[in-house]
Amino acid sequence: MSATVESIAAEDERLLPRSPLRRLIGRPELGSVLGAVAVFLVFAVVADNFLRAGSLGTVLYAASTIGIMAVPVALLMIGGEFDLSAGVMVTSSALISSMISYEFTANVWVGIGVSLVATLAIGLFNGILLTRTGLPSFIITLGTFLMLTGLNLGFTKLISGTVATKSIADMDGFPAARALFASQLNIGGFAVQVTVLWWIAMIAAATWILLRTRAGNWIFAVGGGRDAARAVGVPVERTKIGLYLGVALGAWISGQHLLFNYNVVQSGEGVGNELIYIAAAVIGGCLLTGGYGSAIGAAVGALIFGMTSKGIVFAQWDPNWFKFFLGAMLLAATLLNLWIRRRAEATR
Amino acid sequence: MTDANDPRDPAARPAAEPGPTAGRTAGVPTPADDANDLDAPADDVNAAATGTPLLELAAVSKHYGNIRALEEVSLTVRAGRVTCVLGDNGAGKSTLIKIIAGLHRHDAGVFRVDGAETTLASPRQALELGIATVYQDLAMVPLMPVWRNFFLGSEPTVGRGPLRRLDVRRMRSTTRERLLRMGIDLRDVDQPIGTLSGGERQSVAIARAVHFGARVLVLDEPTAALGVKQAGVVLRRVAAARDAGLGVVLVTHNPHHAHLVGDHFVLLKRGAMAGDHAAGEITLDELTRQMAGGSELAELGHELRRAAPPGPDSDE
Repeated sequence: MSATVESIAAEDERLLPRSPLRRLIGRPELGSVLGAVAVFLVFAVVADNFLRAGSLGTVLYAASTIGIMAVPVALLMIGGEFDLSAGVMVTSSALISSMISYEFTANVWVGIGVSLVATLAIGLFNGILLTRTGLPSFIITLGTFLMLTGLNLGFTKLISGTVATKSIADMDGFPAARALFASQLNIGGFAVQVTVLWWIAMIAAATWILLRTRAGNWIFAVGGGRDAARAVGVPVERTKIGLYLGVALGAWISGQHLLFNYNVVQSGEGVGNELIYIAAAVIGGCLLTGGYGSAIGAAVGALIFGMTSKGIVFAQWDPNWFKFFLGAMLLAATLLNLWIRRRAEATR
Repeated sequence: MTDANDPRDPAARPAAEPGPTAGRTAGVPTPADDANDLDAPADDVNAAATGTPLLELAAVSKHYGNIRALEEVSLTVRAGRVTCVLGDNGAGKSTLIKIIAGLHRHDAGVFRVDGAETTLASPRQALELGIATVYQDLAMVPLMPVWRNFFLGSEPTVGRGPLRRLDVRRMRSTTRERLLRMGIDLRDVDQPIGTLSGGERQSVAIARAVHFGARVLVLDEPTAALGVKQAGVVLRRVAAARDAGLGVVLVTHNPHHAHLVGDHFVLLKRGAMAGDHAAGEITLDELTRQMAGGSELAELGHELRRAAPPGPDSDE
């Protein structure tokens, strides 16, 4: 077939092979990678300490705490939905773990297990409510966001009498759990927080699922064309519920880190973080309308956040400017992504 | 693509001549030179046409509350034949499609698949019986690559357990090969399907239905939103599917397109049968006249002529 096909292909200008560069431009991550390189260069120049191994370790740690959530949130957004409860869900997960351990047993693993089940149940609640009612996920998760915020504060006050939980540092299993969720490892002479490994595992799993499994095909499909997906037999409801469970799993990992890093949990934490996760996913090339994006892009988006938040400190700027930089970067990255996509489509 | 209406179009050749690697694996015969017999009756499949119909609707009715959407409509679909369903907006074409596709159940009458009476409970059941419906929106996700769309919902996998993964190599090569057979040479199956032309998307949808073992292909207004050339491309795919031995139901409001490929014409009007003709029995003019409602069209023409201001190139 090749001979005839090639000769015919040569006659048709539209069948010219795409250059590797154009292939690269077609990737959703490109905007975020360019942005990350720019941010890195800026801080490498203006902040003397930025390039030291210790500083980079701090940057990676900051990126990982956002990235563990940004990656599943990106998958959810590719599937066409939001989760505004993602930020406080982390706190809820930590609180449940801490309070179950403290009130009912003296072993932290019980709390960790109960917390996993309870956090997944919250994700399941979001997903089932969404698929059963057909309401916009913005409304449903805004509801769970407010409810969880209230429950976090209310239950903590009710049980411990203050706004924070009691320390669980003296309980059985604490050192092992701390090693798993909040330790520092020495890898080839570099001090690396264990969350970085969780983050990398999350990226690898999400990318594998997204690009190489049937579920990944379905995630793109339910976000890019729900009715079309349903018409060809894609289990739309199951896919969306699965995505909410993914976010819940991320919230559980983040929550356990929060707990075992500080021994106590502040009940008011997490509010506003959901928008940072969404911003990281959008910087990473996720479309707000769904059906397009990448887990690696979201991870790079988280890396930009990490570099900015720590870079400002290393550059000895007033950290109050942080949010402004983030907002400007979100807009710039989104515009860059838009521009790249238009160019890619125009020159294809 | 070069001129789609030229039967000697060289670009259409590879479709009829799959190379040594392009296997005849799925049990579907290779389309026999689809480019040349667009209008000619398919003599080579006459044998198939005399057997049990693939699909038969006898006096099928459907009511939505007190609205009679479909009233005693009969229709026969045979292998290697194109049955055209013609009708204006609101004639009941969509209802008919929904019954055949398994989205709605009929209220009265008999629905037979391979001679056995059936009531379809779901689109999935229709698919399992080999009835594939290509809707106007084509059930495609514009941002997804062609190969992902092609296999969406029925993705082949390799490996087991957590290593179970998409058979990407096979998905890409099958997509390419299947489209090549349809006469579409896509160099890059990675391009989002939204970047293909309307006719190409229709062709991908038809190729997908054929690949997944469709015996009856139901096409809902496949040429409605297309230009003349693109419509020609799609009609050629319809002919190719027919020659591959599929029974085709072509639902359209365009008698010109129907007359080009149809072996049988069923006319619907206000949910009821308004005509039932074999290809030899009716001319294009007569088909057009009947479809447009005969005297109504004459009346409309009369009205419009009187209303139009006299211009330099007017006949009167």
